[in-house]
Amino acid sequence: MAKTKEIILDPLSDNNPITIQILGICSALAVTVKMETAAVMAIALTVVLTLSNVAMSLLRTVTPGRIRMIVEMSVIASLVIVADQFLRAYLFDISRQLSVFVGLIITNCIVMGRAEAFALQNPPLPSLLDGIGNGLGYSAVLLTVASIREILGSGSWFGLQVLPASYQGNGLALLAPGAFIIIGLIIWAQRTIIHKYEED
Amino acid sequence: MRKDDLYAIGFAALVCVVCSLVLSATAQLLKERQDMEVELDRKLNVLKAFGVPVVDEAGKKLSKEKVDTYFETNISEVFLDKETGDLLTDFTSADLPPAELRARTIEDKEHLPLYVWRDDGQIQKYAFPISGMGLWSIVYGYMALDRDLSTIIGVTFYKHGETPGLGGEVSTEWFQSQFHDKVIYKDGELQPIQVVKGEAPAGSDHQVDGISGATMTGNGLNQFMNRDLQYYNRYFSKVRGS
Repeated sequence: MAKTKEIILDPLSDNNPITIQILGICSALAVTVKMETAAVMAIALTVVLTLSNVAMSLLRTVTPGRIRMIVEMSVIASLVIVADQFLRAYLFDISRQLSVFVGLIITNCIVMGRAEAFALQNPPLPSLLDGIGNGLGYSAVLLTVASIREILGSGSWFGLQVLPASYQGNGLALLAPGAFIIIGLIIWAQRTIIHKYEED
Repeated sequence: MRKDDLYAIGFAALVCVVCSLVLSATAQLLKERQDMEVELDRKLNVLKAFGVPVVDEAGKKLSKEKVDTYFETNISEVFLDKETGDLLTDFTSADLPPAELRARTIEDKEHLPLYVWRDDGQIQKYAFPISGMGLWSIVYGYMALDRDLSTIIGVTFYKHGETPGLGGEVSTEWFQSQFHDKVIYKDGELQPIQVVKGEAPAGSDHQVDGISGATMTGNGLNQFMNRDLQYYNRYFSKVRGS
């Protein structure tokens, strides 16, 4: 039971895919201008990651080792396309704003990384939890970055005005370099707090 | 061939078949709804070109019902003969040959659609589709002109495959709003509308700022916007003359 808890909670902080493993930075920079897009992206990635983990875990004993990466890619790519199709049908405007970045979940290192590092060695249930845990870890960072950027840049949160209308938005927060700085600061703060550093 | 080679090939083939089945099933199931969204978006862009506020203050889009009401009460679609510029009476979109339904640019069309906006029976403004090659892809949009067919009311670009953040900026508000009030017809002549590299000279009535990093997309827009305008002008010159 303790292990189950660990699988879910570990990626939220001590082994966070973005701030500790530094994976999936590309989308964390690109879709965090607004909470709305960040939230949809976070959900899409969590769903894809969880399903791909379960699928790869189910296939782990029958997949020939030599072609396992190609199989992983096929499974992940199919799941991403399905997710993208759903967004186009039900969240048309957001899917347009996310543009290529939904498709780029395919190359998001977190998804393939978890399939390789976890799902191929573990049964479906722990893999499911690992998928959810890492999805949540990714989501937590994405939403934090998006909160800071939307509030600083546009004075709003989820489209609702939170700062007085006289607030002059900070343009840097809306651009990719602003996201870089914010993610950098979050990584620094988190590593300082949990005392986890890269070894020299 | 070794036995495990055969197994690997067989397994790969099976994965491919299963994945393809899942994908085709999803695409088929969602197609109707996706097409509806695309069509609604196209109509919203016609309205936007006409200067109708398509998003309210809370950022919510016009509902499908409201959009359809505009199309029923204010907007009528007519067709023009491309070569002569004559208005084709009694020709509707149902009469279009199948090849033209798929036409992506004006070059593949013989019959040109024109949207006419009337208030209480009086023609107030006109809108027509514009499309052509940007840098990587065909950019689709609409241009609306005032009653005198000399000033642009609005230009929208709603579908393209340009680079996000560079050429993709053509679909943003700041870029499109620049076209408002630009003059395309002056002193009896058509005046080219132009996306310039960098900033447009202050006070210019036919130039707009380009997008940094997307000069080639801008060149594409210049080429097709003016080409399409020239075709439609065959009809417009008759309207102005009458």
